Amino acid sequence: MTPQASPGIRPAPLLGLLALAVLALTGASMAVGYAPLALGQAVADLLAGQKSLPALVLYELRLPRALLGALVGFSLGMAGAAMQGLLRNPLAEPGVIGISSAAAFGAVLTFYSGLSASLALALPLGGIAGALVATVILFILLGRGASTTTLILAGVALNSFAGAATALALNLAPNPYAALEIVFWLMGSLADRSMNHVALVLPLMLLGWVLLVSTAPALDALSLGEDTAASLGFDLGWLRARLIGGAALAVGSAVAVTGAIGFVGLVVPHLLRPLVGHRPGRLLVASGFGGAMLVLAADIGVRLMPVRPELKLGVVTALIGAPFLFALVQRLRREAM
Amino acid sequence: MAITASGITVSLGGKPILQGVDAQVRPSEVLGLIGPNGAGKTTLLRVLAALLAPDRGSVDYDGAAARELGRAMLARRVAFLAQGGEAPAALSVEALVGFGRLPHRRPFAEAAEADRQAVARVLALCDVESFAGRAVGTLSGGERRRVLLARALAVEAPYLLADEPLAGLDPQHQLDSLQLLRRISRGGTGVVVVLHDLALAARFCDRLLLLDRGRRVADGPAADVLDDVRLAQVFGVQALRGAHAGEPFLMPWRTLDNEATP
Repeated sequence: MTPQASPGIRPAPLLGLLALAVLALTGASMAVGYAPLALGQAVADLLAGQKSLPALVLYELRLPRALLGALVGFSLGMAGAAMQGLLRNPLAEPGVIGISSAAAFGAVLTFYSGLSASLALALPLGGIAGALVATVILFILLGRGASTTTLILAGVALNSFAGAATALALNLAPNPYAALEIVFWLMGSLADRSMNHVALVLPLMLLGWVLLVSTAPALDALSLGEDTAASLGFDLGWLRARLIGGAALAVGSAVAVTGAIGFVGLVVPHLLRPLVGHRPGRLLVASGFGGAMLVLAADIGVRLMPVRPELKLGVVTALIGAPFLFALVQRLRREAM
Repeated sequence: MAITASGITVSLGGKPILQGVDAQVRPSEVLGLIGPNGAGKTTLLRVLAALLAPDRGSVDYDGAAARELGRAMLARRVAFLAQGGEAPAALSVEALVGFGRLPHRRPFAEAAEADRQAVARVLALCDVESFAGRAVGTLSGGERRRVLLARALAVEAPYLLADEPLAGLDPQHQLDSLQLLRRISRGGTGVVVVLHDLALAARFCDRLLLLDRGRRVADGPAADVLDDVRLAQVFGVQALRGAHAGEPFLMPWRTLDNEATP
């Protein structure tokens, strides 16, 4: 480590740059697809209200895919930064409290019951229901004034239970195709989602983001320890409640529409931390934009790669993310020496 | 005007830690909390800082209970320096000390000019301004303690509660820190400090509160509190005493269970 701390970039220009990059990648994502599409023509037709083929392709296929990529990535990135701040542990990620696994299990249940075949939004609704049930269980388990260790343990318990229940559903699947469908869905993808999906998750995610961002000053204080944070005027119980509630809303709805997309929430905060001067509070929004960039870029990647059927997004983010983690391990080792 | 605790009783995990302890710190004085390991010093300090609610007893801050003041007001009135000193290794010293201004800042507002001035003031006061830009993880143990003290002072609260601020400091910085605490107390701050070094406690504190197994044994000027009987009964030690320039001093010299110690 160099003796001089990285001062970071001032928040306004940094967030401006990151937001511009997300916009550019959202545009790029809309320009990429399997059928050739004159993007300018499509946008013009869409704005003019003409139901031309390019306009339909844009509105029904490209736009929801790009928007969901940005929304899901933003949720995962921000929730990852929030969890690392809450647990003061660089290995924390949005899934650590068990909400993602529970959302996945909720969605898998709709596959298993056949509900997802008859109702288009059954799958994300099942996921959201799973996340909500898990959140309620988490709050009951934690009660008032639980410690960080209790939270991690409760998360481990929820994770193992939801994982086992998902495995059970696979085990009892009526036929191999149903099992395969579940496995593929679990790998995460943005393909074939509609604007209905966007409308379903957007309000939940927005509420989650507001809750998470509201914790920024408290996360700064918490980096000095729980007693110090409390002495600086922050209610730790209320802080924990907002973080868990916010992460549940943002990540639960992300998993509900796209399946499990790993590594984004773990890796992105690490990449951006030096740019915000290592302040946990400032990291939240920056990490949200970073997550959106990573998911959009990976989703553009799966469509450009000459592999058909396309690779699952969760697989690609994990493949991109893992080398960053190896690098992180190396850096932590060097710093420890 | 004072932080006044009366009849403080605390049990943790069924084990009694404090039993009916009274304590008071007034503006412009340094109160030293002393006692053997496990006497309840840190617990009493946490109760005084409203970080721990006592099972019985009450604490008031200039006549108002913590609940009446509210968290935000209390945070501006009482600064707390924790024992461990956790801090992100890559954070800059200046940013860390700036976190001490959080009670004065509106959420999401950038640091105001007053905050920047306060940070500059305490960086100079604690003699750490030369490494304001360094990462906390690159500091030595002693430098780190001083930076954490600066963080607590940055709150600029009327009361400062410090848990073993001297741990890991060399003699020069031990004296520096205690002189600093005395100086800010002369400026009006009420200081409570947990100390293990009886000689330094006797020399720098206006008053000492001696705890033993959760009870208040004595409370008063050092000369009264640290008499030979209490040193023997509470600490199991004997002290050498002397005077320099009219000021008495003492030095723990030998344990009582080992008469052979030279």
